[in-house]
Amino acid sequence: MDATLLLDLYRQMCLSRRFEEAAAKAYSQGKVSGFLHLYIGQEAVAVGAISAAEPTDYIVATYREHAHYLARTGDARGAMAELYGRATGCSGGRGGSMHLFDARKRFFGGWAIVGGHVPIAAGVAFGSKYRGEPDVTLCFFGDGTANMGAFHEGLALAGLWKLPVVFICENNQYAMGTPLYRTLSVEDVAVRARGYPMEAEIVNGDDVLEMREATRHAISRARKDSLPFFLEAKTYRFRGHSVADPAKYRTREEVQKWMERDPIGVLAGRIRTLGIATDEQLNAVDDEAKAQVQDAVLFAEESPVPAPESVEDHVYA
Amino acid sequence: MPEPRVISFREALREAMVEEMERDPSIFLMGEEVGHYNGAYKVSEGMLARFGEARVIDTPIAETGFAGVGIGAAMIGLRPIIEFMTWNFSLTAIDQLINNAAKLRYMANGQFTLPIVFRGPGGAAHALAAQHSQALEALFAHVPGLKVVMPSTPADAKGLLKAAIRDDNPVCFIESEVMYALKGEVPAGEHVVPLGVAEVKRPGRDVTLVTWSRMTHTCLKVAEELARDGIEAEVLDLRTIRPLDVAAMVASVRRTHRCVVVQEGWPFAGVAAEVVALLARDAFDDLDAPPERVTNLDVPMPYARNLEELVLPSPARVIAAVRRVLGREETVGAPIPPARAQRGR
Repeated sequence: MDATLLLDLYRQMCLSRRFEEAAAKAYSQGKVSGFLHLYIGQEAVAVGAISAAEPTDYIVATYREHAHYLARTGDARGAMAELYGRATGCSGGRGGSMHLFDARKRFFGGWAIVGGHVPIAAGVAFGSKYRGEPDVTLCFFGDGTANMGAFHEGLALAGLWKLPVVFICENNQYAMGTPLYRTLSVEDVAVRARGYPMEAEIVNGDDVLEMREATRHAISRARKDSLPFFLEAKTYRFRGHSVADPAKYRTREEVQKWMERDPIGVLAGRIRTLGIATDEQLNAVDDEAKAQVQDAVLFAEESPVPAPESVEDHVYA
Repeated sequence: MPEPRVISFREALREAMVEEMERDPSIFLMGEEVGHYNGAYKVSEGMLARFGEARVIDTPIAETGFAGVGIGAAMIGLRPIIEFMTWNFSLTAIDQLINNAAKLRYMANGQFTLPIVFRGPGGAAHALAAQHSQALEALFAHVPGLKVVMPSTPADAKGLLKAAIRDDNPVCFIESEVMYALKGEVPAGEHVVPLGVAEVKRPGRDVTLVTWSRMTHTCLKVAEELARDGIEAEVLDLRTIRPLDVAAMVASVRRTHRCVVVQEGWPFAGVAAEVVALLARDAFDDLDAPPERVTNLDVPMPYARNLEELVLPSPARVIAAVRRVLGREETVGAPIPPARAQRGR
């Protein structure tokens, strides 16, 4: 096992967790507005998957995308300032939590209508193939997407045209407040992908290394053979759908059971077992993440709001 | 100066696409039946043979899917032309147009350009009934971030489509099925008509007819008829709905002091309403009469030919409106009072 890699994955998951804890706090203080969808509990999915991608591969994600943005860019300042609605945010304060973008680093959103970005991700992959470029597109979405027409049309075209795209379903068991067994006619979303057709694999989304390995395999199939691949990561969000949601539709026991397999704890356990780092060293990594988030909060708070005279900028090129 | 030749509207569109695709390999055409079938309306006839399957791409019936694919491809700098077999079908992809294409650049703070053209026929053809006869320009023009282009002549079709393809924004390019066979002089080779510039298709001093797309021809016919009565109507073809050439509208009304806006499509919150509102703001003192609108009746399109004819703006209704703004109408009100049809307004 590569000690540096494990510690880096651990650092990234801590960064995402601490970032979102700080964001939730800022939200409760009225400093962050709008919708705020937390990824807490699911960090292994984004961190593991994106760690398997080349920096030139494209990332297309949903409105629950803080972790994905941080995993790709490492830019806690830009993300936090965006949540604060500041000019220094990664989308200039025009997007907010749901619309994080970094075109240069190929982080392509930040899309907030369920399913709508699935064909777009197929289109980015289509573009790479059209130009004969080796890049693969990673497309993240939740389990609730699996009943949307756009999801099926996106997969249908990716399958038909053999596009180099990896679809990653973050199955956290709930489409907002409704459990999957009441909204999905099949147990696993992955079975739907197989008909398009594409290889599909179910992954333990709480294990960052399993996530990373599965994504590496998927990306390599996409890149070498120009074939779409579908990963279904079974995971769980510890918080409500958004910070406005107290999540009363779940029992305390159920949440407790999942929190016992907290992906950060799972990885910490493995690191300890392998003798790669001590608790003290892991705490130091976490402290470093906290410090980075603290710096991002200060940066956001001190940043200017967008200039009023800029309100009509960027409607058209 | 390129030599003008007489070709059809459909050939002019094809010429624009072919010339642009020859010039720039990042442009491709994608849609239902555009390739092997040679286009549902034969606009893309011969293009597959010329450019191959990599650039003239047949799709399944999946508008959300291929509209989204176009947007994704445009995000990395390709320049897709997405053909909707008709704009009616674009409604199944409206999330892609309104939530995604129109919003991306703004919500990403200008980090992306989105050079994509969505094109196809809109409006009524003949007896296609309610779901296949919609003039939807107001819907798309309502949305900041989209441009809406509607040519009326073969020359404009070519020049505007070339401009749309070269534009770095999403453009809704709405043609008309009933005009595809229309012939006209079209310059060969490089001929680009800038977006957002209206054109006076017939000058006149007594009244301005503001219009676009196929209604331009209704207005030209009306202007000829009015001329026999000594009324000189100016026909202003907007050509682009968004951005709207307000200056041209105002300049024309300053000359004529009277205005009738003629559009296909429903009256409620339509483009004509926007034109009238802008004239009320910018040309109020120049108007000698309240502007009139001539539009579709406020109903879904019926199938029966006689009813369809009633719904669409007719020369008779335009003439009646012109006579009203000129104060020469003896009877009050439109010849077909759409009172019942206006219940919802």
